[in-house]
Amino acid sequence: MDINFVIEKFALVTALFAISLVIAMYSTYAERKVAAFLQDRLGPDRAGPFGILQPLADGVKMFMKEEIIPGNASKWLFMVGPGLAMLCACIGTAVIPWGQDLNIGGRVVPLQVTDINVGVLYIFGVVSLGVYGVMIGGWASNNKYSLLSAIRAASQNISYEIAMGLSIIALLLVTNSLSLKEIVEQQHGFGWNVWVQPLGFLIFMVCSFAETNRAPFDLPECETELIGGYHTEYSSMKLGFYLFAEYINMFVSSAVMATLYFGGYNYPFMDTVAGLSWVTPNLAAIFGTLAFFLKIFAFIFFFMWVRWTIPRFRYDQLMNLGWKVLIPLAIANIVITGIVIAVIKF
Amino acid sequence: MESLSNKKKVLEQKPLNLAERMYLPAILKGLGTTMGHFFKKSSTIKYPEVEREFSINWRGMHSLKRDEEGRERCTACGLCALSCPAEAITMIAAERKPEEKDLYREEKYAATYEINMLRCIFCGLCEEACPKEAIYLDGPIVPSDYLRKDFIYGKDKLVEAPLEVK
Repeated sequence: MDINFVIEKFALVTALFAISLVIAMYSTYAERKVAAFLQDRLGPDRAGPFGILQPLADGVKMFMKEEIIPGNASKWLFMVGPGLAMLCACIGTAVIPWGQDLNIGGRVVPLQVTDINVGVLYIFGVVSLGVYGVMIGGWASNNKYSLLSAIRAASQNISYEIAMGLSIIALLLVTNSLSLKEIVEQQHGFGWNVWVQPLGFLIFMVCSFAETNRAPFDLPECETELIGGYHTEYSSMKLGFYLFAEYINMFVSSAVMATLYFGGYNYPFMDTVAGLSWVTPNLAAIFGTLAFFLKIFAFIFFFMWVRWTIPRFRYDQLMNLGWKVLIPLAIANIVITGIVIAVIKF
Repeated sequence: MESLSNKKKVLEQKPLNLAERMYLPAILKGLGTTMGHFFKKSSTIKYPEVEREFSINWRGMHSLKRDEEGRERCTACGLCALSCPAEAITMIAAERKPEEKDLYREEKYAATYEINMLRCIFCGLCEEACPKEAIYLDGPIVPSDYLRKDFIYGKDKLVEAPLEVK
């Protein structure tokens, strides 16, 4: 292992970390702006031009607030909870291919931290771990509302993970690979997986709404029933971490959806663009990365659009949808995909 | 009983059909509705920079008026304070000296005149009670402040600016 490799990976990890944090930061701003626009308002516009500095003001506020740890809380776990939520949210970006390989001074630099051959499984593992932060936080608070919320989050995540996994199996039947890099390479140009797996995509998207605890599946945060949800007892930056982790999760799951179903860094007519005389291979790769981020932002916007449109599901409706609708649908999707593939190969 | 208003509508609850149970058509319709609002003009008025238009009978901050010669009209009769249902107005009367003739219209004037803007309910009874047409609620919105004491407005804030000398 040479030093260049270490530097290159370190730079990539740092950049990814910074990008996810900045995007999460500005997602909070975007969320408020989108909410305002959908409700015929203007949203935050006082801090800086168009309220651009609002996230900074929010961050400062979070840091300045008094830190309260309830007397009967399990202190160690109470502090671990938000950190775990944040960690699980951040490490998901490691296996996502952010762009085509760059060529810097004769050295091929992949824009992916690591191309492990079980990338999809890794993403799954990280997503499932995410619920631990919520669980531990809710349990350690020693508050019945927090605990109720944590239980809700756990059962919701477990229920929807099954449907999510099943919907991915159908995708894997098509791609024949678990490596995210390879899945993206297969969707060159406009041959995105969503055209072959529309139902699978729909199921996957609904499940990722549930996995990120976003509306209409934000039952762990029901203000009316659970006060604040699993973070009722949290204050200061610990609360900030939980809220932040939600936005990073949203970013990561948007990236995963774009990677698996919407072609990642592929975009229509990419070969034409790469063939232009003034476009160097590195520039073409950067265009791909930009297209990828455009898709991610579109998904983030969609997350917000849905949140400010649909009311929250009732708990029994949530469970019915997960177990009685999505799982049978996902299984049917697998069967149909399998049959179609077998027929084509035959 | 028979409805007299003719507005009664009997609704019956039917089981959801397939499209309704799928949620998706309704969700798409809802998304369309909210997207329609996304491009609508916002109804927000950016208050400190922009003020909305008030109606002609809007009652805002009080002002103590001057007459055509620039003299204060108030004669400190106390009728405004008496009529005030919120007891927001107080004043101390004083006698006009001969050399102050061009400052005050009447022989008696208000040496101090204070309105507590936190008590005031902007009902307009003071301007109705005033026999000298000295007080009108024709000002802007009373601005916000941090301390209670700053809401007690004295003559420095209430009296109209003196006439400009040409």
